[in-house]
Order: sequence, then C-alpha cells, then structure tokens
Amino acid sequence: MAETVAETAAGTAKPGEPILEVRDLYKHYPLTRGILFKKQIGAVKAVDGVDLDLMAGETLGVVGESGCGKSTLARMLVQLEQPTSGTIRYKGEDITRLSGRALKAVRRNIQMVFQDPYTSLNPRMTVGDIIGEPFDIHPEVAPKGDRRRRVQELLDVVGLNPEYINRYPHQFSGGQRQRIGIARGLALNPEIIICDEPVSALDVSVQAQVINLLAALQSEFRLSYVFIAHDLSIVRHISDRVGVMYLGRIVELGRDAEIYDHPTHPYTQALLSAVPVPDPEAREHRERIILTGDVPSPTNIPSGCRFRTRCWKAQHRCEVEVPLLAVPEHLRPLGGPVLHPSACHFADEKHVVPGQEGGTGEGSSGNRE
Amino acid sequence: MLLEVRDLHVEFHTRDGVAKAVNGVNYTVEAGETLAVLGESGSGKSVTAQAVMGILDIPPGKIAGGEILFKGRDLLKLKEDEWRKLRGSGMAMIFQDALSALNPVLTVGDQLGEMFTVHRGMSRKDARAKAVELMDRVRIPAARERVRQYPHQFSGGMRQRIMIAMALALEPDLIIADEPTTALDVTVQAQVMELLAELQREYNMGLILITHDLGVVADVADKIAVMYAGRIVETAPVHDIYKAPAHPYTRGLLESIPRLDQKGQELYAIKGLPPNLTRIPPGCAFNPRCPLARDVCRTDEPPLYEVSRTRRSACHFWEEALRG
Repeated sequence: MAETVAETAAGTAKPGEPILEVRDLYKHYPLTRGILFKKQIGAVKAVDGVDLDLMAGETLGVVGESGCGKSTLARMLVQLEQPTSGTIRYKGEDITRLSGRALKAVRRNIQMVFQDPYTSLNPRMTVGDIIGEPFDIHPEVAPKGDRRRRVQELLDVVGLNPEYINRYPHQFSGGQRQRIGIARGLALNPEIIICDEPVSALDVSVQAQVINLLAALQSEFRLSYVFIAHDLSIVRHISDRVGVMYLGRIVELGRDAEIYDHPTHPYTQALLSAVPVPDPEAREHRERIILTGDVPSPTNIPSGCRFRTRCWKAQHRCEVEVPLLAVPEHLRPLGGPVLHPSACHFADEKHVVPGQEGGTGEGSSGNRE
Repeated sequence: MLLEVRDLHVEFHTRDGVAKAVNGVNYTVEAGETLAVLGESGSGKSVTAQAVMGILDIPPGKIAGGEILFKGRDLLKLKEDEWRKLRGSGMAMIFQDALSALNPVLTVGDQLGEMFTVHRGMSRKDARAKAVELMDRVRIPAARERVRQYPHQFSGGMRQRIMIAMALALEPDLIIADEPTTALDVTVQAQVMELLAELQREYNMGLILITHDLGVVADVADKIAVMYAGRIVETAPVHDIYKAPAHPYTRGLLESIPRLDQKGQELYAIKGLPPNLTRIPPGCAFNPRCPLARDVCRTDEPPLYEVSRTRRSACHFWEEALRG
C-alpha cells in the first residue's frame, strides 16, 4: 500500500540536486499612514535577502527567534505569500510569477504542515473530509470512487486507525491532530513538505512520536523537508543542513555538525549557548553568552551587520559594511568543518555546546548513563 | 519548612464525569530552595500550584482532601480576606503569558504601584517611586521613562521582567513560577532565568518552578518532582534524576528529547497517550504505556517507595528502572 502512494511521488530531481532554489528573496510589508491618501512611511522587512537551496531528499532546518522571518519564508515557499522581489525556482522553473493551471500544478508538489494542530484543522469537518479535501482541487490524484480508500490509507500511513475517518478533530489529542495535518500534507504525493514548527505545540513524549513519524515518511516517500523551528535540539536531530536566521536573513549555513559543533557566527554561538541542556552537571562549567537587549524591530534594521547592536564583537566595520553570507576568507587556512558560509566580518570558531567531544555525535542515549 | 503540601486531592466536575486532576500530592519547599515540578499538560502540575496560591476556580474545581501548610499554617482553612493579605506578601506567582496576565489599560507603573498602595498603604507618589526602583531591579532600561508605558509597548522578555518585578514587590517568601519562560525565545529565556535565580538568592526565597522543559530544570533546580496523571511519580535531587531515573516515565521523558550535542538515530518515544483524567487506569496510571508493566501494575497502585534518603519513586519495579 505504501508503494501506491510512493510511486507518483518519485520526482525527476535526483538526490543531491537542488529541487528548490531561493535567490535574493525579499518580503517587505508596507507601513502606511492616512486613510484616504495612503502614504508609505516604511516597511516591515520580514524577509530581507535570503538565498537557499533545498536538495532533493534532504531536510533543511531553519532556526531563529520569533520575528526573524522564518514563517514568512515558509509561506512564500508554498506560494501563500507573494515575494516583494527575488525568485524561487522549483526544478529550475521560477514559480513566483506563476498563475492559473501552472501554479496549481506546482502547489501540488509543495505542501505544508502547520504549527498549531488546534487551529489548522476545520472543527466542523470530519477527518476524512479534511484529508480528502486536497482531492477536490486535484481530482487527478484520486478519482472520486477511490477517495475513501486513499484517505484510510493515509490515516494508516501516519499511524492512526483508519476507522477514525468519520471522527471530528476535537475527538483527537494534539499529537493525533498533528498526524492528521501530516496526512493532509501527504495526500497529493508532494515532493516537498514545508514544516512550520510542526511539534512545538506538543508535549515532550508526543513530540518524539511525531518527529519519528516525519523521519520515517521522508525515507518512505523520498520527501524533501524544509523544517522550521525555534527548538535547536529538534532541528539538529532531524536536519541534514541548517540555516540560522536573524532579522530576515540567513546569517550562517552549514551541515548540522558544522553549525552545532563548529559555529562561527556570534549569533549562532549565543543562540546555542543559551539552550538549556538537560544535564545538571553541565551548569557549573558551561560558558553562557547572555545577549543584551532584544531583537531590533524589522522596520528599522541596523546598518551594516544587522546583529551588531547585540554583538560583543562589533566594531566600526560592522556598522558600515554588510557582511555577506560566504565562507570567511580568513578561516580558509584552517580547513575542515569550520569552513562553511557565515555572514560575519570576524567569524571565528567557539565551542558553545557543552558535553561534546569532537562532535562526532554517535549514539543517542549512550552517554546519559 | 516554608511550604508543605500534604496528600492534596483536587477534582473537577465536568459533563464527562469527575476529572481527578490531583491525586495525593506531597511536596515541600524550604527557604532559598528551588523545587521543579515537571510534567506534561494535564499532569496536574499547574492545578497543584493554583491550589497553593488559592486561585483555583471553585467550582468546577474542588479540593477533595489534604493540607497545604505555609509556615505551619493550613492555607485551606483561610478566609478570603486572609488569603488576599497572604497573596503578594507571603507568596506570589509568575505566569507564563505576561501579556494576558498584565492589565492592558493600566500603565506598568500603576500596576506595580498598586501593590504598595493596596498592601502597604503608601501614597501614589511613593508607590510610583517604588515602581521605578523595582523596574531598575529587574534591569529594565530607562525605568523612569518607561514606568508610564503600557504593557503592549514592551517586548516579551521585558514584560516577563515586569511580572517578576510585580511578584517580588512585597518581598514574598515563596514564588511560584508557572512556565515563566515558555513563551520566550532562548536568548531571552536565558536572561530571564538568570535574573530570577539571582533575585531568589538575594532574597532567599523558596521557588516552585513549574515546567515541562527538562533543560530549564537541569539549569536551575535543586530538586525535582515529576508528575503524571495527578500524582508525583518520582522525587529526587536534580543530579540523581538525570544520572539514573528511578521511574520508567522519567526515563522515557529523558530519552525522548533530542540532544543539542549529538545527532541520534530514531528518538525513543513513550508509546500511547496520557490518560483521560476522568478514567485513570487502575493500578499504576502509567501501566498502559510502561515497558516494565506486569500484572501487579494493573491492580495495585504503587506507593512512593524509598529509593534513598532523598529519593522516592512510585514504581513497583524501581530497582529495575534504576538499572535502565
């Protein structure tokens, strides 16, 4: 049964090739004053120049604090939001200016799983109708007579009892509802699923179940994920590569070990050092970088480096020169995992995650004993 | 002993029947000590705290038994006006969501000052000066100007500082913090937790920290009470529990969180769901989800066995759980 769903999902992008290419993406929301004569007085720069590639079959994690633009980015990737400028190429084709039939075809392949399973499911529809609704828009995926069977199949795939097809969302727990949201995301056999904080509303013990489900579905259906979250431990667990966002931009990008064990951007370092680690032994001998102040308003982004107002390394250069997201030249002689794109003039390695030895990361429960 | 909760029972009368939210909880907090109450939603951790603060919604809630001793006095026998005097000056609470806990139509200065005009009978002018002083204490920049602002003009982290300032205003002996940093970003969470820990040391207050975050607990707690389905299933000093949990539920929780310092394969997941509180399974409430469950677990409710002088576990097979 898994085969029937998987068949059509096999895309043309080969593993390791970019399936989604984001270039120079901007989303500015205008701020206006006046009622009759609207005058633009500024803009909320939610996404302010993002470049990203999503490779076929990989999971790209995007982390950042609230207001950094990660959800706006997600909404643009699934075409729920029109970018102000920039391109999103899906298998080489720019999808930001598509409309009509072409847009519909692309949307089928890029689906989304939302954060809050309590508000993202219509309380007056049965689970069968919720999961089957995508088939109304894309009848070619499941012919009318076949729908009930397909929905039951999907319920089974996400680990719910197929007999629950006539129940309503309120009859399910949070974790089960998120499974329903995932089943709906899978209904059209997409190639890409954008997960926007899919487990942050769930309890710890249920979180693990949903994460394992997402991982299992990925290998079964050869899915590519963009996984957006603020929980750095979960992002590391599920991601192949991770991008760290700050005020609308990616400030550091690399493989999971590069970002977590060899971070070079001060913001990444501060973020990692602030994560509470479930090990009381670590609290005595860990260095914590406590940032001062809050994230600046996205209507008024600092000049030069946008992190400089909270950065302990900031110098005059940071005020006048925008650091680009590239492998820092001065680190080149070092080689190894330190070499990955980091948008900082003074990028330098700093170990901030306690309890790591070299960061090979073997075994998931071994060293807790 | 600052606070002692003895065999507390709380029920809620709902259309589906009686939900037993708290079923015989015991814990103690001393001055200067931090007790972390750890549990998932519906475990009864917040309801217990609400009973201690005397802010439980009655009805539908009902305290069905037990005692809450605060400095030796049984709080459940207090009259409403006695409660009112105690809240704020004896004990205070910090809530998760500062935006909904603060009054949106009053300036933060008015809300902080109210503590002093109502409880201490100060003049408005003196109370305003006290409010500025408190905002300085919790390191809100430009306190003198910002005292006139409204809650929505502050960021989430700053609002949480104002909540802390309010809780500290009358220098209570006990602070109950219910998920104080859950709504905050990690960098801000670190600032707020550090501030709270520092002020606690300074005033030698008892602190009950209610949370589901095992990381936050490891950072600040002295001892832990793990709750499941309205009962404490394990209590221990913080170091012991992370080294070797003595209850399968605690072990499951610890193993199901992804780690920052390593990339694992599949996460361990506790199977199933927490029970419906109107139909808690007989015997051990955790038995349907427990890898160690045997016949006795389905019939006999486990008492809190003594694991060591400072540790208790409500598992018939705690020795096995301890071995892992």
